[in-house]
Amino acid sequence: MSTSESTESAVAAANHPTRAEVCCIAIAETFRGDGERLANPIGVIPMIGGRLARETFEPHLVMTDGFAGFTSSTLPPGTDPYVVGDDGRLTMADGVVMETWNPYPQMFSVLWNGRRHVMMGATQVDQFGNQNIACIGPWDAPRAQLLGFRGAPGNTINHTTSYWVPNHNPKVFVEKVDVVCGVGYDRAAALGPVASRFHEIRRVVSNLGVFDFDTPDHRMRLRSVHPGVTVEEVVAATGFELAVPADVPTSRLPTDHELQLIRDVIDPEGLRATEVKD
Amino acid sequence: MAVPDKRMTETDVVAELRSGMTIGIGGWGSRRKPMSIVRAILRSDLTDLTVVAYGGPDVGLLCAAGKVRKVVSGFVSLDSIPLEPHYRAARQAGSIEVNELDEGMLMLSLMAAAWRVPFLPTRAGLGSDVLITQPHLRTVISPYPGPDGSAPEELVAVPAAELDVALIHMNRADQGGNATFLGPDPYMDDWMAMAAPRTFLSAERVVPTEDLSSEGSFHTQRISRLSITGVVEAPGGAHFTECPPDYGRDESFQREYAKAAADPEAWKVFAKQWLELESESDYQAAIASRREQQGAAR
Repeated sequence: MSTSESTESAVAAANHPTRAEVCCIAIAETFRGDGERLANPIGVIPMIGGRLARETFEPHLVMTDGFAGFTSSTLPPGTDPYVVGDDGRLTMADGVVMETWNPYPQMFSVLWNGRRHVMMGATQVDQFGNQNIACIGPWDAPRAQLLGFRGAPGNTINHTTSYWVPNHNPKVFVEKVDVVCGVGYDRAAALGPVASRFHEIRRVVSNLGVFDFDTPDHRMRLRSVHPGVTVEEVVAATGFELAVPADVPTSRLPTDHELQLIRDVIDPEGLRATEVKD
Repeated sequence: MAVPDKRMTETDVVAELRSGMTIGIGGWGSRRKPMSIVRAILRSDLTDLTVVAYGGPDVGLLCAAGKVRKVVSGFVSLDSIPLEPHYRAARQAGSIEVNELDEGMLMLSLMAAAWRVPFLPTRAGLGSDVLITQPHLRTVISPYPGPDGSAPEELVAVPAAELDVALIHMNRADQGGNATFLGPDPYMDDWMAMAAPRTFLSAERVVPTEDLSSEGSFHTQRISRLSITGVVEAPGGAHFTECPPDYGRDESFQREYAKAAADPEAWKVFAKQWLELESESDYQAAIASRREQQGAAR
């Protein structure tokens, strides 16, 4: 695509960002201020949002290649960063630059060391930001076995965590999660200030809006609604009492430059539309 | 000076195992799993096993065959298919006992076993239901003052894994059990090998010791024969999990596996075709002919 064409397409589309693109911006914003930290978004739209943040206002973020390395390259989601070379050895794919080799054993050191902000998914999330990805129903014979605890307990007690929910509904935003994998603010408070000193649930971003915990008792608060979404819709899709300020802003729109980066550089295949439809 | 010759077959490995044992299995999800040894276990009478793993189809297949009493895991997943269907079915039926740990906690349990200490402390797990769903997990009070003179911290005491044996798969090994990983990640295989009193290693190729550094930097020579009891040469031994750079995951086979696992009748057919074979060489021959047919179909 020529530069003039891509500029035109970005400008033409600027007035009509998709919901998925608004979500990318909301996610990029969760990493604002993180500086030189491992920004580790998991999922298609989170990865686009994280990479967008690094391409624009947080240029010093460290990001993974999805496997065993940190890469300075801006990889579209789903890129396989490694290839087998002519000599039979595993090597970096064309245009993929590895900053640091970071295999799984090392990753746990990074996260316990604290210089990381992860964005995970959540099958359930409650009003204090407790997250469940393990199972639904009784522990001994669950109705639905899910992923297990994965890294959620260690993440949430050691460094900043945010969550991404592509399908906001009352079965996800629940009064009480079935299993606490990621630790929320009520559990952290019960541990006391020392044990919880590295705990921060910064944001929850969904397909309907953005949420934070900036309330006196750290209950979830509606921070903004995405364009075209009403506060009533969000409240109806949430299974607990959300803190709703008198004046709820609209999530910010992408700039022309950001839209162009999303559409032409970071996600040219348009995978974002598979996670959140318009 | 030659390294000792520890070469054996998958069948020899299984002969060293007993029902009721706790077996650590290396790899991660559907990546570099010692599947040829797992397939040999499936052909055996072994039962009542406890499996400790970052689980993938190894755990799923052993559950489906009714060989598992308990699974200790950081997760059980097929990676490109997030939920392992047989493990999921076993969980939902309540037919197995489980310890589901935070991924990092499982690493610490292997490190503790490798270093022969009863536990290692961590913040991971505090405040979560890992400790509530699995009440055998305890905490420990630090013997030192907390930060800025506060009360001593309470931490999770991750107990050492109690393995009878471990099974790992590597890209290259010598006959004594020195081995290299040539893919992107060692996973926890080095810890797994040291955590168990006896570890059996399979490898894509067994090569002279002097050739171990010819295909990767010496930093890939991660496994020492100090930890290895037996060495199995198993080309294609990780199939259908990935084993780069030798081969990637057989995604079409994995999809077939997952699809069959969802339906008892389909699973019978799948098991008859791919699992109820006489030997690993029969399996590899069947996979080779499947590949030829796929190639012809293209």
